Amino acid sequence: MLQFIVRRLIVALLVAATVMTLAFILTRLSGDLAVSIAGPNATQEDIELVRKAYGLDRPLTTQFFEWVGRAVTGDLGESYFFKARVSSLIAERMPITITLGLTGLVIALLVSLPLGILAAVRENTTLDRVVQMVALLGQAMPSFWLGLILMITLGLQLGWLPISGTGSWQHYVMPGIVLAFSAIPALTRLTRAGMIQAMGSDYIRTARAKGLSRASILLKHALRNAAIPVVAIAAVQLGFMLGGSIVIEQVFALHGVGFLAWESIGKNDFPVVQAVVLVLAVIYVALTMLADLMNAVLDPRLR
Amino acid sequence: MSAVSITTGPRRGWKSVSTWIGAVIVGIATICALFAPLLAPHDPFAQDLGKRLLVPFWMEGADPSHLLGTDQLGRDYLSRLIYGCRISMLIGVTVTIVSAVIGIAIGVLGGFLGGRVDDAVLFAITTRLSIPVVLVALAVVGLLGSSMHLLVITLGLLLWDRFAVVARSTTMQVRNLDFVAAAWCAGCSRFRILSREVLPNIASHLVVVATLEIALAILLEAALSFLGLGVPPPLPSWGLMIAEAKDYMFFSPWVIVIPGIALFVLVLGINLLGDGLRDAFGTHRTDT
Repeated sequence: MLQFIVRRLIVALLVAATVMTLAFILTRLSGDLAVSIAGPNATQEDIELVRKAYGLDRPLTTQFFEWVGRAVTGDLGESYFFKARVSSLIAERMPITITLGLTGLVIALLVSLPLGILAAVRENTTLDRVVQMVALLGQAMPSFWLGLILMITLGLQLGWLPISGTGSWQHYVMPGIVLAFSAIPALTRLTRAGMIQAMGSDYIRTARAKGLSRASILLKHALRNAAIPVVAIAAVQLGFMLGGSIVIEQVFALHGVGFLAWESIGKNDFPVVQAVVLVLAVIYVALTMLADLMNAVLDPRLR
Repeated sequence: MSAVSITTGPRRGWKSVSTWIGAVIVGIATICALFAPLLAPHDPFAQDLGKRLLVPFWMEGADPSHLLGTDQLGRDYLSRLIYGCRISMLIGVTVTIVSAVIGIAIGVLGGFLGGRVDDAVLFAITTRLSIPVVLVALAVVGLLGSSMHLLVITLGLLLWDRFAVVARSTTMQVRNLDFVAAAWCAGCSRFRILSREVLPNIASHLVVVATLEIALAILLEAALSFLGLGVPPPLPSWGLMIAEAKDYMFFSPWVIVIPGIALFVLVLGINLLGDGLRDAFGTHRTDT
């Protein structure tokens, strides 16, 4: 078990280091950063000033290792636009993104677990087909468009939910539903497949032979085994959702980390952009590791 | 497994219907994309400020020469929709070609050679998955300026992971089959075995992945264009149409409903077709 954890940790660190390098290269793609920061009306002198002030006149390797050295200690640099520490900017907005991500995940699980179980129990019936169709429909739904449609219907016409902002918990319901749509197809299919496999296994036949109730067989025996891959994928999906929430944060004007990144891209604020890429990647890596560990704990065969 | 899996009769019938629906949708979209200039009733770029936000045919007061109405600049919505289909299909297909080349090359090499090479391939896939696609694509386009070429290359470089995963796992299965061993014994070169024995046998899996990727690329393009960092205006990308019409959506919801439904139906059609192909080839869902 310990060896397993150490191996996963080493891979995670290597991935983080690679992403760090890629994030640095990404922000240097535009060629001359000083020109973009100084703006379109800047004179040659202004550009030189900016270059000096931000240390962009030094060799790229020096800049890279300085950034890495600081990032490892938690110092992600300073934002050009907000004139604030990038780490505190991200820390300030992370709760919104995480709240949104968790809301989305909970809604996704509340929908896809029952749907997946129903489809598995009624395999190859109309109900099963309807559930699979729902999964396909969800997969084809453009999230930003669904967000706008919900704003018109639930927000404006019915007046049930606030349209944008982050004032209360109600503000997270619509964006949460939209975000959940991206995870529901995968989670439903996986629950269904896992349940079908579990229901066909020997221990379920034994449980049936013992005369256990249908509910007990389904929920205690089958679901527990089917849940293992679902738990793992749920953690991974949360990682994807945090990364993908940028679109939804923009639609609903939720000022989370995604919104911050979107604003910063528009303002050439590259320390923020590379930091957000790095932070989201690290969170994803941590979540997949957590998923692997949970798997190993839940299913001793995987250790 | 049990008697349950034998009763696939009704399922097959329903499946073939849904596959046909998918095929028809994709067929219509392909025709729209190829023959957009012939099909569009108006110039999709021609503005007519006297005819702004005309309503579509099912509403009262519609102009019969503009079946789906006009947008906020008086451009014919149906014509823009048809040209938008061209952009979606073009981006979907080209992005998939770029990502297929990268992903299949990486995946087949890892699966075929194994060992250190495979470790490196797995690492590349893990790293790629940890990178937030939308954010990085937005950043690249934001820094370099929006254009179709850049968008295709960026998305292509970001979406190869599923190709790599499937190519790798299927190559591993094929590698150990008898006919590959026979080819080795007959003295075939590595390249010949890869191109003549392995690739044809994993192709059906890759075609199914390709349909998923085309759908994904189309959705991503729309999202990026919606955020203003995808296809540059005045090109009629469906995502861009939704973004431009957003300010009017509370008073005339159809301005975002029409391009949104087009996007939804096209992606659904591609996915239905992909599902049908999966069943026809007898390939299992290797991913979720």
